[in-house]
Amino acid sequence: MSGAVPPAGTPPPPPPPPPRFADAAREALADPSVRRGLREATSAARAGAAGAVADSADWEELRAAGAAVRDRTLLDLDRYLEELEGAVVEAGGTVHWAVSAADAVRVVAGLVRAQGESGAAVADAPVLREIGLAGGLAAAGIAVLDAGAAAAVAVTGVDFMVAETGALVRSGGDAAPAPSAALVAVAGLEQAVPAWRDLEVFLQLLPRASGAGRTAARTVVWSGPVAGDGPAACHLVLVDNGRTRALADPVGRTALRCIGCEACLNVCPVYERTGPAAYGPGGAGPIGAVRVPLQRGVRGAHAASLPFASTLCGACADVCPVKIDLPGLLVHLRGEVVEARRDRPVPAPELAAMRAAAWTLAEPRRYEAALRRGARWGRLLARGGRIGRLPGRLGKWSDARDLPAPPAQSFRAWWGRR
Amino acid sequence: MVGAAVSGRDRVLARVRAALGPDRGGAAGVPRDYRRGLGAERADVVALFTERVADLRVPVRHVGADELGTAVAAALWGREAKRIAVPAGLPYGWLADLDGVRALADVPPLDDAALAALDAVVTGCAAAVAETGAVVLDGGRGQGRRALARAPAHHLCVVHADQIAGTVPEALARLDPRRPLTWLGGTPGLEVLVVDQRLC
Amino acid sequence: MEAVRVALFVACYNDALFPGTGRAVVRLLERLGHRVDFPAAQTCCGQMHWTTGYRREAAALARAFTGVFDGAGAVVTPSASCAATVRASYAGIARAAGDPALAEAAGRLAVYELTEFLVDVLGVTDVGARFPHRVAYQPTCHALRGLGVGDRPLRLLASVRDLELVDLPAAEECCGFGGTFAVKNADVSVALAADKVRHVRATSADVLCALDNSCLAHIGGALSRLHAGVRVAHLAEILAGPEEG
Repeated sequence: MSGAVPPAGTPPPPPPPPPRFADAAREALADPSVRRGLREATSAARAGAAGAVADSADWEELRAAGAAVRDRTLLDLDRYLEELEGAVVEAGGTVHWAVSAADAVRVVAGLVRAQGESGAAVADAPVLREIGLAGGLAAAGIAVLDAGAAAAVAVTGVDFMVAETGALVRSGGDAAPAPSAALVAVAGLEQAVPAWRDLEVFLQLLPRASGAGRTAARTVVWSGPVAGDGPAACHLVLVDNGRTRALADPVGRTALRCIGCEACLNVCPVYERTGPAAYGPGGAGPIGAVRVPLQRGVRGAHAASLPFASTLCGACADVCPVKIDLPGLLVHLRGEVVEARRDRPVPAPELAAMRAAAWTLAEPRRYEAALRRGARWGRLLARGGRIGRLPGRLGKWSDARDLPAPPAQSFRAWWGRR
Repeated sequence: MVGAAVSGRDRVLARVRAALGPDRGGAAGVPRDYRRGLGAERADVVALFTERVADLRVPVRHVGADELGTAVAAALWGREAKRIAVPAGLPYGWLADLDGVRALADVPPLDDAALAALDAVVTGCAAAVAETGAVVLDGGRGQGRRALARAPAHHLCVVHADQIAGTVPEALARLDPRRPLTWLGGTPGLEVLVVDQRLC
Repeated sequence: MEAVRVALFVACYNDALFPGTGRAVVRLLERLGHRVDFPAAQTCCGQMHWTTGYRREAAALARAFTGVFDGAGAVVTPSASCAATVRASYAGIARAAGDPALAEAAGRLAVYELTEFLVDVLGVTDVGARFPHRVAYQPTCHALRGLGVGDRPLRLLASVRDLELVDLPAAEECCGFGGTFAVKNADVSVALAADKVRHVRATSADVLCALDNSCLAHIGGALSRLHAGVRVAHLAEILAGPEEG
């Protein structure tokens, strides 16, 4: 069967760009219900994951293997994708390739219509949220039904695709889709794994890290249509949507190891306060803050704000089942943001300030002079041994926090007089 | 139309190749130092499986081979199941002691309305995992199609002791990736009967 | 044990804003019989520039730092985040700058956070201090996850006479400081501080201590604004005891 795509109708107007993280976060923080719901959900998942990890006798060995398998897959991704395509086709399935999110939505909409259907059951999965599938189908006039609904066509995300055998694996999720006519599985390019045997690592890492426990409630493996059991057609839609941009960054590509467990979200103190919406569409939490700028670039204000949406506390790196150095990647992307802005004709105030600070700090005598100047300014601002208001951008600090008044002499001045 | 799909393929693969560049370096080997088996301290695989199924809050009973018919009947009676479905190839002996229960064979396949009206299904399995408590169905004899295991409020799954693998790696090695596999963990409505020896 | 010669890296923000911490380190190490040098050319490790994305500026500061402390022997700092920067980030700074010599120079340094130096190098947990107060300890992220200092600070605190150590609930959660995060995402930063303050007040501690004055300035600034009656102090100041005069 062919991967037929119907002619696209009039495209809907592009949505306005999402707000920067700090602005969206302010709104989320003002809503107490966001915080309460998230705290319960994340602390339950966190506790579940911590228990399941502690219960595993070989967690560190599994993590090391998982990271290595993912790295190996990414370094030969073209070969594994071709092998996967061959295996899926041999099993009776069809493979479709989508460069962009819009392509992916168009392919899925076309597959629904090709079955003569005006609606489809749509599961919840990170990749489907990323490409905005539900909204895209609705805009194309296709009714989006609940994942568990009896429907001729069901759309699902998958967690792993086995290049060697063509098996598509969905682990977790309450309802496994059970369409009567066609299954449409959507996956990011990076979700391929080389061999069936590799699942022995990931089917241990994923449920434990996600907080489900030693095993998911339900894990389903599809390998093409099966006579008398399930849909007559199986489609796999492979989505790029900027993954190849991330892959081109030798540092950033480690983010594509991600297996979608969301353990990093559940331990993130920032995510717990702001919720997913503050990160905008495309992914939330530490992994979203890394993947969105990696996949879209850092020119847009929203994507450029995400690497800064972290205190770099490191809790995410400790729990990542495939050992993604999330704080390191956030710092890397902050560097990309700064580098992208260096060539602006007028330097941003922050760049000017950072350059000035580095210039001062580069030379002990300049630094000492700055210390003396700072102490004089600080004494002028202080009241009762505390500074309650700071000028300019630093006012963001003093809105809610005092600063101790600067001391009469710096450490080096004291040392010099000793 | 086919042309559009083909060009999507070529564009994506070209992007992957451009991203990776000509010099990909040697990919490091995969350190597989994790456990494949349970080791001596977990010699009693069946006992561990039973314990781990219970940890998933799935009711589990340990029965002798000659008690299986009675145990199936008792489990269904306990759920007040009146109308059940069974897949093709389910050993007849498993249902020998049913009383007041209507067992429908899923041959030819029951329609959605019939599935929705079921109180329970009884199936076997392809494998089970002691360390995690999961049972795996592969659509083979006595297991039926996927729709059967999703339908009812109550799924009574019979696991024979020799089907229990120690670990996930051992279980995967027993399974055929080309079959329609479903792994069930703490799935609502699941109940497990562990049988000591093969009945037939 | 034999007297050890120690090069103190006080950290720029301690130098300017918290000189009492630097003085405490000197007092403590000298009381234990060791000799402290303060290489006057030191300024800043480059942490703020690096974590905010200013790679070139961070590389320049890292080069200056390795130049100042090259061949200095044991470098001790009362800043867990600066110790973590030199130990964990300098390799990345060197890689981003394409400067293998910097990575090499960083690899030659032996930088210790104060409690690591006391427990691992000097082998002491009882430094002969007395501190008659109720104290809570905040394991800051760089100390806890960056350096993995573990229970060293708690062992040192447990040996201080008349000190009552109280458990801080949710201690391992970040206080929300995060360097420039405190200004760039001030609202989230303050929301995290509010929770940290709530936990600190629940302990009825008199003093909250840590290994990073930066985090303490953030938590302490919120405590001060609320007139919470809890003061913050670097662990070195507790171990060193009061200054004379």
